[in-house]
Amino acid sequence: MLNRGEDQYRVFSRRAAILVGGKAALLSALIGRMYYLQVIEADRYQLMAEENRINLRLLTPSRGQIFDRFGVPLAINQQNYQVLIKSENNPDIEKTLTHLGRLIPLSANDRKRILKDVSRKRKFVPVLVREYLEWEDVARIEVNAPDLPGITIESGSLRFYPQGEAAFHALGYVGAVSPKHKTGDRLLELPGFKVGLSGVEQTFDLALRGKAGSSQLEVNALGRVIRELDRKEGKTGQNIVLTIDTSLQKQAMKALEGKTGSIVVLDVHTGATMVQASSPSFDPNNFTNGISENEWKELSEDERAPLRNKAIAGEYAPGSTFKMIVALAALEAGIINKNTSFFCSGSLTLGDGKFHCWKKHGHGLTNLKKGIAQSCDVYFYELSRRVGIDRIAIMAKRFGLGQNLDLDIPGSRPGLIPNKAWKKAAIGKSWVRGETLLAAIGQGFVLTTPMQLATMVARLANGGKAITPFVARDIISRNKIISRTDLPASDMGLNPNHLRMVLKSMEAVINNQWGTAYRARIMVPGMGMGGKTGTSQVRRITQAERDSGIIKNEQLPWKRRDHALFVGFAPIVSPRYAISVVIEHGGGGSKIAAPIARDIMVDTLNRDPAGQAPGADVAEWQTVPKEA
Amino acid sequence: MSRMTEFGSSDKTYMEKIFQLNWQIVLIIFLIAGVGFSMLYSAASGDLSPWASRQMLRFGIGVILMLIISIIDIRFWLKMSYALYGISFILLATVDVLGSVAMGAQRWLDLTLFQLQPSEIMKIVMVMALARYFHGLEVGDAGRVRYLVITLILILAPVALVLRQPDLGTAGVLGLIGAVMLWLAGIRVWQCLIFSFSSIAAIPIGWQFLHEYQKQRILTFLNPDLDPLWSGYNIIQSKIAMGSGGLFGKGFMEGTQSHLNFLPEKQTDFIFTMLAEEFGFIGGTTLIGLYALLISYCIFISFSCRSQFARLLSMGLVVNFFLYLFINMAMVMGLLPVVGVPLPLISHGGTAMLTVLIGFGLVMSSGIHKGVYINRRGASLIM
Repeated sequence: MLNRGEDQYRVFSRRAAILVGGKAALLSALIGRMYYLQVIEADRYQLMAEENRINLRLLTPSRGQIFDRFGVPLAINQQNYQVLIKSENNPDIEKTLTHLGRLIPLSANDRKRILKDVSRKRKFVPVLVREYLEWEDVARIEVNAPDLPGITIESGSLRFYPQGEAAFHALGYVGAVSPKHKTGDRLLELPGFKVGLSGVEQTFDLALRGKAGSSQLEVNALGRVIRELDRKEGKTGQNIVLTIDTSLQKQAMKALEGKTGSIVVLDVHTGATMVQASSPSFDPNNFTNGISENEWKELSEDERAPLRNKAIAGEYAPGSTFKMIVALAALEAGIINKNTSFFCSGSLTLGDGKFHCWKKHGHGLTNLKKGIAQSCDVYFYELSRRVGIDRIAIMAKRFGLGQNLDLDIPGSRPGLIPNKAWKKAAIGKSWVRGETLLAAIGQGFVLTTPMQLATMVARLANGGKAITPFVARDIISRNKIISRTDLPASDMGLNPNHLRMVLKSMEAVINNQWGTAYRARIMVPGMGMGGKTGTSQVRRITQAERDSGIIKNEQLPWKRRDHALFVGFAPIVSPRYAISVVIEHGGGGSKIAAPIARDIMVDTLNRDPAGQAPGADVAEWQTVPKEA
Repeated sequence: MSRMTEFGSSDKTYMEKIFQLNWQIVLIIFLIAGVGFSMLYSAASGDLSPWASRQMLRFGIGVILMLIISIIDIRFWLKMSYALYGISFILLATVDVLGSVAMGAQRWLDLTLFQLQPSEIMKIVMVMALARYFHGLEVGDAGRVRYLVITLILILAPVALVLRQPDLGTAGVLGLIGAVMLWLAGIRVWQCLIFSFSSIAAIPIGWQFLHEYQKQRILTFLNPDLDPLWSGYNIIQSKIAMGSGGLFGKGFMEGTQSHLNFLPEKQTDFIFTMLAEEFGFIGGTTLIGLYALLISYCIFISFSCRSQFARLLSMGLVVNFFLYLFINMAMVMGLLPVVGVPLPLISHGGTAMLTVLIGFGLVMSSGIHKGVYINRRGASLIM
C-alpha cells in the first residue's frame, strides 16, 4: 500500500515540478512583455496615448468682407441658423419632430431622412434638421424649447451679397471646394468651407479666407467631447475695398435692363473702375444655397450668357470705335495731317472688291474731323490703304486692344488685333489688302472687349498715359492685402497734337450737329462729352441686299442684328472719366448705345466719385493738376 | 501515523480546522480582491457604483462559501465528485436550451447577483471528477486504454458542449486542464505527444466549425492592424494604455486611456490594462508577484498532501487559476487572441469570482486535511 502511494507521489511530484517550472516560465514571459511595453516602448505609446486623447479641431475663420469705394457693403457674412436634433435625453424623437413641424415647415421626406440619420448616428451626435432659418423661426423654436428636448440651434456663417445681381460679375461668388483647389491648406478640408470661384472673390481668395483657428478637445473613444483644453481663435479674413461705385453700378445695370451688353466707366488717370456692368446678370446669393443641375445648365446654356462677365470676356468687333486707332496710326506715320482730305463717293473699289461707306451716297470731301464725326468709312479705307495693317495693329496694341490687360479679376479675354504675321500663323494664308480696309472700320478679324475699349478711350483722354484698369483698391501680396501703390502710368510717347486732333474730332461726334451722336449730347454746361459711335455687323451684307435696300435691324432675328457700341470721355476739358457701352445686337451705336452712355456719364459727372472719394483712389491722381 | 487510521481524521473540530486554515492564502486573496475593488472604483471614475460595491458583496459571499468549503472534510468532496460532475454536466447541457444570450453566446444562467456560467463550474468539478478517478487507479493505469477512454470521455464531453455554445476560450481551458490532469496522473510521455499532435492536427478541421467572429478574433490576434477600428481596436488600445503607463504609471484614477473610454471593457476583461496604466510596470509586476505567491502556497499544499485525490485536486485547481490569469494577461498584452477570460479575483463579474473562491476553498480543504489517508475506494472512508 505504501509502495503504491510512494510511486504515485514520485510520479506526481516529478511531473508537478515540471508544471510549476512551466508556470514560472509563462509568468516570466508576461513580465518580459510588460517590460517591453511599459519600459522599452513606453515613449512611443505615451505619444500614441496623447494623440488618442486630444482631438484637434479647426475653427472656420469668417471670410473678409468686400466694400465699394464709399464703404457700401458688397459681400458680407450672415448668420446661418441651423436646427439640430440628437436622440440623447429624448425618449420620443417623432413626437419632437411633430411638435417642431408646427413651428417650421418639415416635409415628410425631411422627417424620414432625420429619423434615419438619428438611428444611424451615436446618441450624442446632432443631426441636421433644417438650415437657412429665418430669425423669426429661430425665435419661435427658442420660445418652445422646453417642449423640444434634444433640439439645438447653431449658427454658422453664410456669404451674402446685399447688392444682389448688380455687382455679380466683378465680385464673383463663393462655392464648394473642388479638387483643383486642394493646395494643402487645412481650411479647405473643413466641411462646408467655401472658396471664391470668380471675380474679386477668386482673386483675393487667399487673403479673404483668413487663418483657421484651432480648438484642442479632449474626447473619448466614442468621439464625445469631454472638454476644451485649448483654443486659438482664427484670424478673420482681410476686408477689401473696391473702386466700384455701387450707385453708378446700379444705374448702369438699370440702363442695361432687358438688354444684353456691358458698360464700363473708368477713371482716365488711374484706371480705377467705377462701373463694370454686364447684363443679363445673376444674383450670386442663389449660389450660396446651391442651385440645381438644371438651373446651372440653363444658366450656362443661355445665349445671353448671364454668367459671363461681358465687360472683360465679351469679344466684339469694335466697328467705328476703332477708327481713332487708325487715325493715330496714320498721323504718326505722317501720311495725313489735320487737313488731308479724301473724297467719299459712298464706296471704294479695291481690286475685285467694292467697299461701301455706311452712307450710301457718300460724304464728299472728308478730312480727319469730319471722318471721325460722321464716321466716314471711305476716309478710313483710304487711310488704312496707306498705313497698312501692321502699323494699325501696333497702335491698337499700344492702346491695350487685343491683349489681356493684367486685370485684377480673372476670366478676361484678349480679343484680337490681326496683322500679317498673325494671319500667316493662325490661318496659314497671306494677308489680303481688302482685309486691311475691313480692319480699318473695326470689322473683319478685329475683336475687342468693352474693358479694352474703355481703356483705349482713357489712354486717349488722359494724354497718352498707359493706365491699366483695376477694380480693387488693394492688391494681394504674399497672401495679404495691401494698398495699391502703382507707379504713375507710363507715357505712351504719342504726339500731343495728334491726340488733341483725335479728341477734338471725338468732341465733334457728339457736339457737332452733323456728328453721329449729336442727339446724345449733354446739354448741361461744363459737362460736355466726347466720343465715338460704332455699329458692328455680325453678318455679311450681300450686293443683292444693298441693291434692294439693306434690311433694317428691327426686322432681323436678334442674333443677326448689329452690335451697338459707344466709347466716350467727359468732361471735354480736362477729361476724368472714360466710358464704353456695348449692346449686343442692339442696332445702331448712335441710336442705342450713345444715349445710354450719355445718361450714365451725366450720373457719373454729377456724383464725381473719383473726385470726392475719401482717399479711395490711388495716390498718383493727386499729382495730376485739376483744371477748371 | 496514529491518527491516520482506516477511519481516522474525523476527530478535528471545526474550530481546530479554522485555526489550521492557510491564512497566508486568505490574506493574499483579500489583498488581490482589494486591488480589484480599487480598480473598479477607478473604472467608475471614483464611484463605488456600479461595479465596486457589487463586487464587494459578491466577494463577501464568495469568501464565506470558500471558508465553509475549506473546513468540510476532503473525503466528502471526494465522495461528491462524480455527483457534482453529473449535475454540472446537466446544467451545461441545459444552457443550450435555456441559457440567456449574453455577448452573443449562450452561456449564462441568471441567478440575480451571480450569473451562473456552468462552464466555469465545470472547470472545477471536472478537476474533482478526474482527481477522483485517478485516485482509484494504480500507477501506470492512467495510460492504459480502457482507463484512458473513460478519462477522455470525462474531459471531451463537457468540452464539446462548451464548444457548441460557442465558447472557444473556455473549451480550450477545459481541454488544457484535462490534459494537465492526465499528465499529473502519469500517462506515458509518448501518449502525451500523440495527444499534442492530434490536437494540433485538429486545428484546421476545427477552424471550419468556428463562427465568423471567432475566426476574426484569431486573425485579428495574428495581425491587429488588419482592422484597427474594429476587431483589432481593443488590443491596440490596450497596448497603448499599458505602454503609456510606463514604469510608474499615471497614478490612481489618472489613467487617461481608460477614463476617456479608449479602453474597452475596462471593468472586466481589460482591467489589468487599466491597472498597468495607472500603476505602471511596478504595479503590474507587483500584482503578478501576488498571484505567483498565492499559487506557490497552493502548490506547497498540493505537494504536502498524502492522498492522490487531494494532490491532484489542488494542483488541478491551481492550474485552472493560473490559466485564468495567464490567458487574461497575455490577452490584454497582445500575446493571445481576445477570448474573453476575466482576471481572477479582480475583474467585475460573479461567476469567475465564485468559482475561483470555491477552488481556493477546495485547495484549503486539501491543506487542512493533507494528512488524511484515503484508500483506493475512498468512499468507504467517509465519516
